[in-house]
Amino acid sequence: MLQLSTTIALAALALAAALCIVRMIRGGSLPDRVLALDSLLVIIVMGLAVLAARTRQSLYLDIMVVASLLGFTGTTLVSGFIERRGAR
Amino acid sequence: MIEALASILILAGSTLTLIAAIGLQRFRDVFARMHVATKPASLGMALTLIGAVIAMAGFGHTTKLILVILFQFLTAPISAHLIGRATFRAGTEMDPETNFDELASRVGPRPRRSA
Repeated sequence: MLQLSTTIALAALALAAALCIVRMIRGGSLPDRVLALDSLLVIIVMGLAVLAARTRQSLYLDIMVVASLLGFTGTTLVSGFIERRGAR
Repeated sequence: MIEALASILILAGSTLTLIAAIGLQRFRDVFARMHVATKPASLGMALTLIGAVIAMAGFGHTTKLILVILFQFLTAPISAHLIGRATFRAGTEMDPETNFDELASRVGPRPRRSA
């Protein structure tokens, strides 16, 4: 039961990550890329949670804490950069 | 029974994220994309992580997962607000079909740059 549902969830998350990467490459403007990177990190953390629920290994949980911290830091830094330099 | 509940929560969270990623492709400008991209950052993540909490019993695991949920609920609105503010103040063009600039009457004309 949990095996099947985590497989489907991982497939959906992989598709979502691929769509985020497409948006990051196509861009449009710099904030688009930052937004895509932010949601990509959210998807990565969710994928780690699904993997942790599937394998029941607690190693993934530590990586999740670090990844969510890093995502917030990066988004904050780049948004300050955009505000000073303009969205090119 | 517990596994079924965890499965439903995990599937709901990942489906929401997939829908948001599709919206990231289909919406027209940065502000509309921001509207769709910040939903799974809190609700989808909370659903998936609560599913993981139910699937992995144990005090240490639950504590770490709840910590991630709390941190995400604290930081997701802040980072979305920061991106939106920076984008608006940098003068990114809105799509002509959006045409819904509530702040324009309050902050005056802002520098118009091409996106």
